[in-house]
Amino acid sequence: MPPVPGPPEVDWDVVRLHVVTGKGGTGKTTVAGALALALAAGGHRVLVLEVEGRQGLAQLFDTPPLPYEERRVAVVPDGGEVFALAVDAEEALLEYLDLFYHLGRAGRVLKKIGAVDFATTVAPGLRDVLLTGKAYEAVGKRKAGRRTYDSVVLDAPPTGRITRFLNVNTEVAGLARVGPIRNQADSIMSLLGSPRTAVHLVTLLEEMPTQETADAVAELTEAKLSIGAVVVNMVRRPQLRPAELVAAGKGKLDRGDVAAGLEAAGLPADERTVASLLAEAAHLAERVALEKRERRRLVELDRPTCELPWLSGGMDAGGLHELAGELRRFMGHPDAITRTGTP
Amino acid sequence: MATPRSKPLDLDALLDDAATRIVICCGSGGVGKTTTAAALGLRAAERGRKVCVLTIDPARRLAQSLDLTALDNTPRQVPGIGTDGGALFAMMLDMKRTFDEIVEQHAEPGRAQAILENPFYQSLSSSFAGTQEYMAMEKLGQLRSELAADGAAQPWDLIVVDTPPSRSALDFLDAPKRLGSFLDGRFIKILLAPAKVGGRAYVKVFSAGLGAVTGVLSKVMGAQVLTDLQHFVTALDTTFGGFRERADETYALLQAPGTAFLVVAAPEPDALREATYFVERLAQDGMPLAGLVLNRAHSSSAADLSADRSLGAAKQLTESGTYGLTARLLRVHAERMQQVARERHLVRGFTSAFPGVAMAVAEAQASDVHDLDGLRAVGASLAGTVR
Repeated sequence: MPPVPGPPEVDWDVVRLHVVTGKGGTGKTTVAGALALALAAGGHRVLVLEVEGRQGLAQLFDTPPLPYEERRVAVVPDGGEVFALAVDAEEALLEYLDLFYHLGRAGRVLKKIGAVDFATTVAPGLRDVLLTGKAYEAVGKRKAGRRTYDSVVLDAPPTGRITRFLNVNTEVAGLARVGPIRNQADSIMSLLGSPRTAVHLVTLLEEMPTQETADAVAELTEAKLSIGAVVVNMVRRPQLRPAELVAAGKGKLDRGDVAAGLEAAGLPADERTVASLLAEAAHLAERVALEKRERRRLVELDRPTCELPWLSGGMDAGGLHELAGELRRFMGHPDAITRTGTP
Repeated sequence: MATPRSKPLDLDALLDDAATRIVICCGSGGVGKTTTAAALGLRAAERGRKVCVLTIDPARRLAQSLDLTALDNTPRQVPGIGTDGGALFAMMLDMKRTFDEIVEQHAEPGRAQAILENPFYQSLSSSFAGTQEYMAMEKLGQLRSELAADGAAQPWDLIVVDTPPSRSALDFLDAPKRLGSFLDGRFIKILLAPAKVGGRAYVKVFSAGLGAVTGVLSKVMGAQVLTDLQHFVTALDTTFGGFRERADETYALLQAPGTAFLVVAAPEPDALREATYFVERLAQDGMPLAGLVLNRAHSSSAADLSADRSLGAAKQLTESGTYGLTARLLRVHAERMQQVARERHLVRGFTSAFPGVAMAVAEAQASDVHDLDGLRAVGASLAGTVR
C-alpha cells in the first residue's frame, strides 16, 4: 500500500492572490494584515485589499482612514512594502464605466439619481464582480514591464458568504449572459479558479467557527476553488500538564499538596484560596477539552494548518509582526506546523 | 466581575413586568446575542411568561436544544418548558422565506410568481445588505400582531428578539428605511416613468441623463436586463404600495411603550466600541434602552491574590524545584487575574462614558452553551442570582 499522504500543501511560490476569510470575530483582518507583512519579507511589494467598508486595515496598521487609493501602510526591515486599499463598489463601478464608456458627466448623473447605488446593491452579483475585479486588476498590474505587486491579499467577506463572493461566474449568470460584465466575470474567474489563488480560512478553537470553516471547505471544494491553509487564531498554551488537566477536570488534584505549596511560597493557604485555584484549573480543563475536540474536527479537514498564538498584550504593531513571523515560518516549512496548544 | 460605578440591571424585574412586551437584543457579531436572547426567553418562560424567541442564526446545537430543527419560519413550542402558565416558543428567521411570504400575501398568484422568479428579486431577497435586518423587523411586526391581549388566549405575551450580526451599529436601525427609500427612490421612479401617468415630468427633468442611463445599462448588462429590471420594479410598485410606509411602521414599533432594548457586548475592545455606538444611537433615536448585557466576563473568587504576587510565588517554587503543581496553578490564576484586570479596564471606560446605563454581567462559560441547562445557567448569572 502506498504511504498515507499528509494534507496537501500550499505552493506558496505559485499563489499570487491570497483570499482570507473567516467567521466574524475570528480576526480575519488581523490575519490578512499579518499575511501581507509575511509575504513582504524578502523585499516584496504586497497589496492588501478590504472590501467591506469597515476601515479595519486602517485600524490594524494604525493609519488614518484609507481613501479609495493605494497607500503604503508598512515597511519590513529588508525593504519589503505593504500597501493597502479600501475598495468601494460604487467608485469601482464609476471607474469601470468611465474606463470603457468615457462617461464623464453621465456618470455623475447616474450616481445622483441612485442608479449606481441600485446597480451595486441589487444587480445580482455585480457588486462582487466589481470587488473581486479590483483584486484581479491588482494581480495583473504592471509598470515598466515589471509587476507592481508580487502578491495581493484580499480581506474577504466572512466564511458564510465566501463561496458566493468568489464564484462570480455563477453569480452574474442571471444578470449578464453576454457583454462586458460577462467577459469581466470570465477573466476574474480564470484567476480565482486557478492555482494562482488560494483561499485561507481563519478560525478559532470554538464550535461555531470550526463548523463554519468545515462548511466553507465543503462549499469551496464543490465550487472548485482552491483552498489554502486553515489558520487557527488566538491559540493559548495551557499552563497545566496533560495529566494535571485530566485530574483537574475530575476534581482530583491533590488539595493537600496545593495547600502545602502555597504555604511554602508564603501565600495564604486557606480552604477558599485552594478551592478557587482548583476551580480555575477545572475551568481551564473544560476549555482545553473543548479545544481538543474542535482541533480534531479541523484535522479531519485535511488542510495545512497554522496555529497563531494568543497575544496576551493585546493587538499592536509588535503583535502583528509576531504573527507575521509565525506565518512566515509556516510558509517556509509547511511540515513544521506549529501546534502551540498541543502539549 | 465587579463593575465599577455601574447600576445593576434587574433583568427579572424587566421580564416579570407584564408591560414588557418586546425585548430586543442588539450588539456586534460574536458577543452572544443569540444565547442571551434564548437564555432570557427561557428564564421568562420559567417565571410564568408566555414567550416567543425569534433567533437569527443560532449555533446548531443551541438550535437543537430549543427544538429548532424544522426550518419553517413559524414559532414552535419548546416542549416541557414553563411553569405557572409560562410557555416557550422559538423560531429561526428565514429571511428569503419571510420576503417571499410578503410577496405572496400582497400580490395575486400570477404576479407573485413573476416577482419570485425575477433575478433582481432573488438578489434583493437573498443578498441585499439590509434584507436580513429588514426581514427580522418584518417578522417582529408579524409576531407582535399575534401578541396576547390581556386575558386573551393568544400564544405569547412577550417577544424576545435576537438581531442580525450587523456590520455596523447603524445597519440594524437603518436597514428598514434604507430598503424603503431604495425601492421608492428616484431611479426606480425613472425606470417606472413610461408606465406612469406622471412619468413625463421625470423624463423631462432627466431627459439629458436618462438616455445615457438606459443606453449605458443596456450596453453594460444587455437589453434583457433592463426588461427584467423594469418588470421587477413595476411588479413591486403595484403590489407593495410603498415600502417606506411599511418601514415607518416598523420603526414606530421599536419606539412603542413596552419595547426594551438590551445592548449585548463582551468585555473586548471592538465589542465595547460597538456597544458605545449602539447606546448613543438608541438615545438619538429615542429608543428605550433597558441596559447593557455583558457576556463572557471573567472573575475570580481569589481576587485578593494578585497576578504579580502569584507569578512571583510561582517563580520562587519553580526555582526551588518543589511544588510544581502549585506553581502551575498559580500561573493559571495569574492569567485569569490579568484577564480580569483587562476586562475591568475596558468596562470602566464604558461606564465612565455612560454612568446611567444599568449593566447585567454573565460569567464566561468554559464551553459553548448548547442545552437548556446551559441557558438556565446563563440566565441565572445574568439575573444575578448566582455568584
